[in-house]
Amino acid sequence: MNQFNITIVKHQLDFGGDICGIKATIDDMEMSVPLDPANRHYAAIMEQVSAGTLTIAEADNGE
Amino acid sequence: MSALNVNAIDKESGSTLTLGGSGTTVNVNNMVPDVALSNRNLITNGAMNVAQRKTQVTGVTSGGYYTCDRMPIQVNGLGTWTVDQSTDAPNGFSNSFKVTCTTADASPAANAFSVFSHRIEAQNIQHLAFGTADAKSMTLSFWVKSNKTGAASFDFLQDDNSLKMISKSYTINSANTWEYKTILIPADTAGVINNDNGSGLQINWWLNSGTNWSSGSLQSTWSTYDATNRNASNLSVGGAVSDYFAITGIQLEVGEVATPFEHEFFGNTVAKCQRYYQKSYNLDIPPQTNNAAGRHYFYLSPNTTNGNKGDIVSFPVTMRASPSVTIYNEASGVAGVFSNGASAIVIVVGQRSFMGYATSAGSDFYAHWVADAEL
Repeated sequence: MNQFNITIVKHQLDFGGDICGIKATIDDMEMSVPLDPANRHYAAIMEQVSAGTLTIAEADNGE
Repeated sequence: MSALNVNAIDKESGSTLTLGGSGTTVNVNNMVPDVALSNRNLITNGAMNVAQRKTQVTGVTSGGYYTCDRMPIQVNGLGTWTVDQSTDAPNGFSNSFKVTCTTADASPAANAFSVFSHRIEAQNIQHLAFGTADAKSMTLSFWVKSNKTGAASFDFLQDDNSLKMISKSYTINSANTWEYKTILIPADTAGVINNDNGSGLQINWWLNSGTNWSSGSLQSTWSTYDATNRNASNLSVGGAVSDYFAITGIQLEVGEVATPFEHEFFGNTVAKCQRYYQKSYNLDIPPQTNNAAGRHYFYLSPNTTNGNKGDIVSFPVTMRASPSVTIYNEASGVAGVFSNGASAIVIVVGQRSFMGYATSAGSDFYAHWVADAEL
């Protein structure tokens, strides 16, 4: 019954320019979410993405 | 001195085995069965002693981890609550987890609920041997107190088996009185719990709900998930303002006997909790508090060719999974900002460390951090 209010999501890049995480605002808290299926926030994001109710934006320059 | 060598000594009658002519007695029920003498308790922070986030949160209308570590409350459209790490506790305990209703809901909508929960990491309960012929039964024990009396429900869910469940009830006999409850949980020879870092078992103590969760009947053997059977005995906490539910001393152990609560050193409980949540703040300082103690100095030289572009923070305890990480300005508590105002970015997060860096030049990149790998 994990319930999250996910409002802002965008990819994060490592120094090599590869996607290494997701910057998200979840329950009004900004956090960096790793690409780990065992992470409950990542699982919730991907569940909403799969359902078509959430889109992950591209990373900003410098992030 | 002589020795008696026998394969078994059986009691004559009842539950008492009498040893010695003077009548020294050993209660069979207090003899330790073939379970561990230590690390018996499968619950983390069952005495509610660790509360890294806060000790009180008001205005709660949705689910989350608010006070005591590893102890979330799930709320969906049913009242407003204050969640406490309370110092009201039975003798021998110092703390309890307490929820108090501040906005009541006397007629919950069908899908509404409020539930106190705990989740156990699957690889920590492989010795239950669920899904095999050797599956073991368990005993759940806890202290509970409420202004409400009567029958209440709790359930166990298996996350690895489509929420296969069992639901049982217990009774609160006297209002505003700490009561000790013990309940036997049968073995499940058919439900394999995966050997991984996911949730292996959920335990949910139901406070209140609508009919979607309470219109069935208790499901006393492990069987297919049925939402209506989860809260068949509804305690209805939150039907009136000031209704409360407090719980502590939770122990889940292998076997059919509830042994005394396994008290452990505070530091041991903290370390266990840090597998799921940890922070740079001192233990008693809630995140986002203006407090410099324990802040991390990120050794950074952003926008230079040869300087440190990022700085690694290592976790004192390996986390269950790669955690979600938030960096906080040590003074303002604003997320994603270093002490010098530069934006803080977190990348390459793993179970043992993460890297922080800044997108603008400067000096004195101090910040606090919080890492969350809860189930």
